[in-house]
Amino acid sequence: MVDTKKDRDRSPELGEEGRGSQTSCECGPECCGWTSDKAKEASYFREAGHWIERRIESPVGEIPVVRTRFSRQDILGKVKARFGFGRMNYKVRPGLYAVGNAAPGSPVLVSANYKLSFDSLRRELAGLDAWILVLDTKGINVWCAAGKGTFGTEELVRRIEDTVLSRVVSHRVLILPQLGAPGVASHAITRQTHFKVIYGPVRAADVKNFLAAGMKATPEMRRVKFGLRERFVLTAIELTNPFKYLVIVTAVLWILSLLGLHLLSWKAWYPYLGAILIGGFLVPVLLPWIPGRAFAWKGWLLGMLWAGFVNIHQGLLPPAPNTWQLAAVHFLLLPAISAFLAMGFTGSSTYTSLSGVLKEMRYAVPVILASASVGIVFLAVVLIRAL
Amino acid sequence: MKEPRHLKNVTTLAYDPDLCTGCGMCAEVCPHTIFWIDGKKARLRDRDLCMECGACAKNCPFGAITVRPGVGCAWAILISEIKGREVPSCG
Repeated sequence: MVDTKKDRDRSPELGEEGRGSQTSCECGPECCGWTSDKAKEASYFREAGHWIERRIESPVGEIPVVRTRFSRQDILGKVKARFGFGRMNYKVRPGLYAVGNAAPGSPVLVSANYKLSFDSLRRELAGLDAWILVLDTKGINVWCAAGKGTFGTEELVRRIEDTVLSRVVSHRVLILPQLGAPGVASHAITRQTHFKVIYGPVRAADVKNFLAAGMKATPEMRRVKFGLRERFVLTAIELTNPFKYLVIVTAVLWILSLLGLHLLSWKAWYPYLGAILIGGFLVPVLLPWIPGRAFAWKGWLLGMLWAGFVNIHQGLLPPAPNTWQLAAVHFLLLPAISAFLAMGFTGSSTYTSLSGVLKEMRYAVPVILASASVGIVFLAVVLIRAL
Repeated sequence: MKEPRHLKNVTTLAYDPDLCTGCGMCAEVCPHTIFWIDGKKARLRDRDLCMECGACAKNCPFGAITVRPGVGCAWAILISEIKGREVPSCG
């Protein structure tokens, strides 16, 4: 194996450059367009460009110069977007921006118009003179947009022409984030615009070193990372999802309790809470240390251990009288919940392929459905007996 | 740190060394640094690390690499299945 050197301390913030935000195609539902598109186009610049410092003259008109330090609004916006509020509409107007005292000879860096992607880039450019060409990726980060093709050849060509870039800069080189490569055919760009494409590092944090090294990326800069820290950040975002299920479960239990079934006891409820936290949080964080390869299997395994613990803890196993049905409910439902949620983390991971996940699902989905169905039947039996 | 791996022998990645000119684009774009240039040809170190992002195939000017690109995301696949999309994608 090539180069597996440990590199924890330099472990970057999950690059918005790429997936960071990563909860994205490889992502949570918000960025996958589950949320409504309404008013999506409505407000670029909601806070009217507080991150623009001034404007400079160029042969093609005024170009905004962006700040390289975050304002309070930037930070607040980042936190909000991270937790899924207004994430689908956190955009920058596509076009050309300047950093520092950008001159015709300054490098051109290409970015997406998801504001977090753009922000992570401009912050790294403090002290440099450069241009940022922002593509219209519909407010989606670079990697996901490249997968969809919106960070793509066609859009890049259009944006180069729209901004009349060839009159602003004297050179013919574009630096693209490496994670934009799935959408852009570099040779097609050169053929159509005479600009040469150089792929920069995966993470915005490496851009400065990349430029200083004469546009050379080290293998380390080329590789997507998926360490403990990355998984932690991602699960924090992922949890906003399971949280919705928690609310639903709680609501169901509460309604049942109104009907006279006092099931909202902590004792009845914590097994499910645990299963959700295991699938949504524990499995992702412990991912490399749980035996096996399929995500659903990892979730099922820990869910099963959890069910065993719950049943022992609550004394439901034989020889306890008349409790085996509830024990069975736990054995059937809890691993199914954990497995399902863990399987969802394939989208946030950086190393699963479509083929791999399809294969995993072919086995996992029927098993999860069967286990959950039988579990629900048993649950119904338990509930009816409790009446 | 050890590189994480998903299932074995599933990737659709195919590489034809006969078409390769050793330009190095695949090595430049692969997010798992699977390709490397050995003199005049690209070489693959481990196909099981491929996540089928499609960057290499898209950026190979000589058509030496093919892969069915897509997202390795269970949610996206489920949603696409429900919505009747042919190729799973986010959004």
